[in-house]
Amino acid sequence: MKSVSLLLMLGLSAATVASSCGKKAAPENPTPNADSATAAERARQDSIAAAQAEADRLAREEAERIARQREADSLAALSRSAEEVRNMLATMIHFDYDRSNIRPDDMGALDQKVAILQANPDLRIRVGGHCDERGSDEYNLALGNRRAQAAKQYLVSHGIDASRIETQSWGEERPMGDGHDESSWSQNRRAEFEVTSGGDNLRRPS
Amino acid sequence: MTPLLLATLLVLQDTSAIDRGVRIGIIYRPGVRPGLVMLPRTGGGAGLDSVRAIIARDLDYSDRFEVITLPGGDSIRLASSTAPSRSPTSRRSASAGTSRGAPASPQSLNYPLYGALGADFALDITRSGDTTLAALHDIAAADLRRSLRATLPPPTSPDFRQAVHRLGDQVVQAALGVPGIGATRVLFVREGKVYQIDHDGADQKLVSSTDRQAMSPAWAADGRHFAYMEFQAGKGWLYLQDMATGKRIPVSTTGTALDFTPAFSPDQQTMAFSRATEEGTDLYTINVKSNCCLRRLTVGRFSDNLSPTFSPDGQRIAFVSTRPGLPQIYVMAADGTDQQLFAPFDYGVTGSSNAPEWSPDGQSVAFHRDVAGTLQVFVLDVRTRTVRQLTSVGRNEDPTWAPDSRHLAFVSDRSGYRQLWIIDLDTGRIRPLLQQSGARLPAWSPRLSEATSTTP
Repeated sequence: MKSVSLLLMLGLSAATVASSCGKKAAPENPTPNADSATAAERARQDSIAAAQAEADRLAREEAERIARQREADSLAALSRSAEEVRNMLATMIHFDYDRSNIRPDDMGALDQKVAILQANPDLRIRVGGHCDERGSDEYNLALGNRRAQAAKQYLVSHGIDASRIETQSWGEERPMGDGHDESSWSQNRRAEFEVTSGGDNLRRPS
Repeated sequence: MTPLLLATLLVLQDTSAIDRGVRIGIIYRPGVRPGLVMLPRTGGGAGLDSVRAIIARDLDYSDRFEVITLPGGDSIRLASSTAPSRSPTSRRSASAGTSRGAPASPQSLNYPLYGALGADFALDITRSGDTTLAALHDIAAADLRRSLRATLPPPTSPDFRQAVHRLGDQVVQAALGVPGIGATRVLFVREGKVYQIDHDGADQKLVSSTDRQAMSPAWAADGRHFAYMEFQAGKGWLYLQDMATGKRIPVSTTGTALDFTPAFSPDQQTMAFSRATEEGTDLYTINVKSNCCLRRLTVGRFSDNLSPTFSPDGQRIAFVSTRPGLPQIYVMAADGTDQQLFAPFDYGVTGSSNAPEWSPDGQSVAFHRDVAGTLQVFVLDVRTRTVRQLTSVGRNEDPTWAPDSRHLAFVSDRSGYRQLWIIDLDTGRIRPLLQQSGARLPAWSPRLSEATSTTP
């Protein structure tokens, strides 16, 4: 309402400016007559109507904008949730040197993946096993395979159909950290999880 | 010592050529290698200096000679006036046929002088027209032992160096009865691509034909093909590539799993390889000749079996197995039967052992073993089943045999970064093959009989 009255005032001042312009254009005609008075009145009414139309349009646009925003916000929330699920799914697990057994501290992350796979029956994933650079290059392909299989086995033993999980070993060929110390090595001894299909609109596990 | 030596000589004289006995005599001098003097060049000819330099380096890298280099100039070369008594001998050898001596050979050398310099052999390399002539003189016999002719391609040709290496190998053969290892190459992996390099470090060349990550190159016995593994769509594919054309074909049945570490049987009929599946990693063979007939050799279940290498008679396969817990070196018949431990180890003490390669003479298997947290190259004596540690400086891994079964190329970080080195097992001499970091998984070729250069 405030903006409407403001616009009204703006309209009035615009009319005043217009009439003062008229004055400037015809200074030899100072006495207003009946015609000019009705004209002024009509102009005033017109400007009020125009201001009203403008205000309506702005209000309509504002409403549309809010509606659009609300829709976008809810989409964003949806995708935020899918993103969160994807991140949970992609959480890597790690291994001890030359070992392929699942560490107790990684079981929570794997249980989350079990829940996500159960909530999204079309989802298929690939587990990639990786090693650090200390072992033998070729042996690491076998070790990476063991790690990928161990992760897959955990998921399968918790009820996920084996056909939904591919495995792959990269040995030490795709390190995360390029350093030559334990902090890089422990990062590199890992299994990665990537979506191979059914990864759109991931549902959050209930 | 002397009676024994004489007995050896007599026995050998019964059965074979006399100069064979002489060679045995030389080998029996412990720690002393025959001296070989490269005679100063006479005359010109395109690329003669390169030929001489390449052959001199081959002789040096063979680690079978003390190569003696003379200061330039001809002053001590020609001695025709001081040794006229030698001419009947050279004439006799010159008339002995094409394999021995050549009519154009120098009339006489100052054999006593070269003998005083410690030379057992003198090598004279000359060029006339298209022909390069390598004349090997036997100093003790004061005679020309052999004259070798070669028609070399021009120095600008990609085949030039290999042709020179082959001539150098013939010189070693003429002197000692065993060919050199000049005409050989090493395949290796760097940044996921396969490269080749001559044994003397020259002519490094990319041979990978795709941008996919590759591993584990392995030579076929003919030196014209090699196999390697390539990561593709989550699997490990085995490819067979032709050296000359660069054309490659996937090995049959590959692409369904992670196949890796290919190894050819000596007759090239069979390829053994490792395949990683849900059950773990096991060894398989396939007939590469007809590209068929997958056969499984090991059933690991709770252990992995990988990295096969054939004995040179094709009867046995050495491989890595994790059945004792840590990976160790095992052996079996080529059909998968009679699997047993090969390289002894102390349970709970000895570290992981990996990357076995059977020597071309069948007597040894080289591998690497974890010693106190780093890798060292070991050699297993096949007959006695005893192991010997070869390296101790830095991390040393993935040994591969030269065709002479006395040199090994391997990966070492002894200089601060991982690169390829070559060790001679007889003398212990070590030299870098490549001054570039990141090279690994070397595979030394057999002797390359003719041009196998890849098309550019």
